[in-house]
Amino acid sequence: MIPIDIIQKTAETLMDKAAIEIPQDYLDGLQAAAEVEDGDLSSFVLQAMLENYEAAKEDRRAMCGDTGTPRWYVKMGNETQIEGGPIALEAALRRATANATNGVPLRPNRVHPLWRTDHNNNVGIGAPEIEYGYEPGGEWIDLITVHKGGLFGTDYRMLFPSDGIEGIKRFYLDSLIAFGKRGLACQPAIIGIGLGGCKDTCMVLGKRAACLRTVGSENSDPKIAELEREFKELGNSIGMGAMGFVGKSMVVDCNIEVGYCHTGGMQMSVHAFCLSSRRAVARVHADGRVEYRTDPDWFTAYQRRETVEWDAPALDAAE
Amino acid sequence: MSPRKIRLSTTPTQEALDDLRLGDIVYLDGLMYTAREGVYKRALEDKANIPMELPRDSAANFHCSPAARINPDGTFEMGAVTATASFRFAKWLPEWMAKSGAKLIIGKGGMTSKDYKAFFVPNGAIYLSTVGYGTGALLGRGVEKVEAVHWNEELGLAQAMWVIKCNNMGPFIVASDKNGDCLFERENAKVAQNLERVYEGTRPATLKRYGETDDRSDEVI
Repeated sequence: MIPIDIIQKTAETLMDKAAIEIPQDYLDGLQAAAEVEDGDLSSFVLQAMLENYEAAKEDRRAMCGDTGTPRWYVKMGNETQIEGGPIALEAALRRATANATNGVPLRPNRVHPLWRTDHNNNVGIGAPEIEYGYEPGGEWIDLITVHKGGLFGTDYRMLFPSDGIEGIKRFYLDSLIAFGKRGLACQPAIIGIGLGGCKDTCMVLGKRAACLRTVGSENSDPKIAELEREFKELGNSIGMGAMGFVGKSMVVDCNIEVGYCHTGGMQMSVHAFCLSSRRAVARVHADGRVEYRTDPDWFTAYQRRETVEWDAPALDAAE
Repeated sequence: MSPRKIRLSTTPTQEALDDLRLGDIVYLDGLMYTAREGVYKRALEDKANIPMELPRDSAANFHCSPAARINPDGTFEMGAVTATASFRFAKWLPEWMAKSGAKLIIGKGGMTSKDYKAFFVPNGAIYLSTVGYGTGALLGRGVEKVEAVHWNEELGLAQAMWVIKCNNMGPFIVASDKNGDCLFERENAKVAQNLERVYEGTRPATLKRYGETDDRSDEVI
């Protein structure tokens, strides 16, 4: 049984870490981009961003004034039990979101879509989103918070098998350039691409590819991993850098996730996780131990399973 | 070649504004206020009295909602500050400039050269863009003091009118000049020269989008 007070306290710490500390994998990726960037203005922007991450950590203040729309991804081992059950868990995550909004402070971004009511705490109808995943075996809970910016850089399109890789490339470039101009996407970004699923799951896949995979990670399908490398290079060959200035750094990394789709279609979504790629992760164990990390490790072999049954022993052997 | 760096007052002289060149890096001193759709609607559509003496106190309008809170004792805690995209506010700006005398519009992503020529140039105003975007912590360091927050009851913390005392606050990039030229459009034009080559080997989608264009010099704003 995992104590609910530890979950809430951990969640509050995660909110703080996500807003303030740039994950090391993104930082390494951006430093590599800064080293090869030769556009005058683009270089200036990247250097300013690198200084900004330092300032945020030194001052313990949010790295960006737009602290995005905080949300939660929760993953549990199959044997996990939470004190008070799932209702208590959701209440703890909502409380942590509200408390951290006031505490860090974060920008209270969440408002009613029509009446623009602002509770000044990032909590409201459907906010924060809480999504779940499960893994075979184990008694632990992974709390993952992502504070993604929410206005530009994302798009969806229904493609068809006849569009092929050439069509996928076209929509990828269209999305990058449309939102890259003037830097609306706050690039260089982690670009997540969702392929397949249904319209809603395609969006979910792309968003998770951007937010729940780290810079340098690869899809477990070697041919998709090859596409990821090719797309990263393609994005960086546009000739556009930070803020849409002439440069060569648009894509810190490109992550692709796929889902089985309608036989006639090839849904595609593109998401950009920005210069403030805010994510923080902690695992809470049944004995109350808490381990912090920045890699959500969401896309396990189990999450990408293709068959009816899950052959658990095979996974254990493979790992 | 590294960009030119300039310190500028938030109640600048016309001479100082006219001297700014596209791509200059600017650091600001003096009072600055946040105003975006909430403030514009309240001041211009609902005709509420602006709770500051403008432009005497400040001629710098920041398109920003800070990550900030009001403490129970009425003091303020301001962490990070960054801008929101300005193009959405174009419809209110001509009237706002006339009413507020704003000379510096500060935000994200700039506006079009058409907007600059239509109402920035006649008012002698300049657009400054934040950098990154997302140098929120650096800009936060430039906030010497939060002087006041107006209309937070009516508009909420994110849309309220925050009055900030800036001390060497920056960096910002000059994105329009006295002629109404646009830094982002200049860069767009340079990038566009390469696009034909980048798109080689791609194919247009089988299912078209109604009303969409294939003109790659287009923008989404």
